[in-house]
Amino acid sequence: MATNFFFWLLLVVAIAGLAGLLLVRDASRRTPWLAAFLVSFGVLAVWQSAVMFKDTTASQVLFSLFGAAVCFGALGVVLSQNVVRMAFWLIVSLGSTSGLFFLLNADFVGAVQLLVYVGGTLVLLIFGVMLTASGPYVTMKTSPTEWVAAAVVSSLLLGLILVSAFGVDWQAVDYAEAGNTTTQDASAGSSVQEGTTLRPLGWALLGLRPDKDLQKPGEPSGVGYLLPFEIVSVHLLVVLIGAAYLARAKRRVDQTPGTTAL
Amino acid sequence: MPELNFCILIGAVLFVSGVVCMATKRNAIGVLMGVELVLNAANLNFVAFARYTALGLDGQILSLFVIVLAAAEAAVALAIALNFYNNHLTIDVDRADDLHG
Repeated sequence: MATNFFFWLLLVVAIAGLAGLLLVRDASRRTPWLAAFLVSFGVLAVWQSAVMFKDTTASQVLFSLFGAAVCFGALGVVLSQNVVRMAFWLIVSLGSTSGLFFLLNADFVGAVQLLVYVGGTLVLLIFGVMLTASGPYVTMKTSPTEWVAAAVVSSLLLGLILVSAFGVDWQAVDYAEAGNTTTQDASAGSSVQEGTTLRPLGWALLGLRPDKDLQKPGEPSGVGYLLPFEIVSVHLLVVLIGAAYLARAKRRVDQTPGTTAL
Repeated sequence: MPELNFCILIGAVLFVSGVVCMATKRNAIGVLMGVELVLNAANLNFVAFARYTALGLDGQILSLFVIVLAAAEAAVALAIALNFYNNHLTIDVDRADDLHG
């Protein structure tokens, strides 16, 4: 009864403050109305959200926050015209993704995401932005018709992906793949569930899978990733040499005879 | 599994944003950022499925490979973009029509 009374009282005060704010013409006399509206609305918002999210845990709140930041950053990358702002929104999106990785118990992948992606790839992209700036007032606009077409096609694509992905019962697929109904029991207590994946990841990259081998002794041993790891290492070396070759500063070819072109 | 569906939702938004970014941006660096968003969506799905299904550690290893390959791709693509800028004095991908017949 008392909570109901306070709820309606706060709501009436908030509405009265808003009405006063809209009706009062004199700017100097708006301040008390504004204060009434802000205080009552803020108390209402905090109270109601506390009631609504009473059963959610801190990790769920963080999950929602990081997820919202990821989506917001991605939309910012798409919608902003300035390429420097795009880089900023990309940092927001990728950094929040690493937060999601930490919440999904992938500690090493989250750390690598922060180090390599946000610390390396994005710095590279920002250097690219700085090295290719073509004047401070030159913006390469996208025409409105292209925006409309992109919005239609992207909403259709998003709907298609969500319908097809949500239509699958992943739990059932999981059981069918594993061939038994004790998948959760088998993976319970493993490193992926506990969030201590650093040592198993290192073993797997060296070709050892003790997590698989110990759980199912009769089955063929789990596949390690030594060969892909080496291929990716050599690939990275080749790519870096190629990038340095492609991006090196060239001199203009000298047309005068007798000098060597570089 | 609501958590897995939430991750799939975020991954879908990231993927579509990346595809739209690749399609609409005329700056080559913007196209590169779209590619990064798409790869990040794939990473998020890998890690989410590693957490909530029997995929296990393999998903995280694949996401590590994706991160390394994305870094390599960004380096080469940026080198190509710089080379294009050196030759054309612009970074507009619509101007890259030297090969059209």
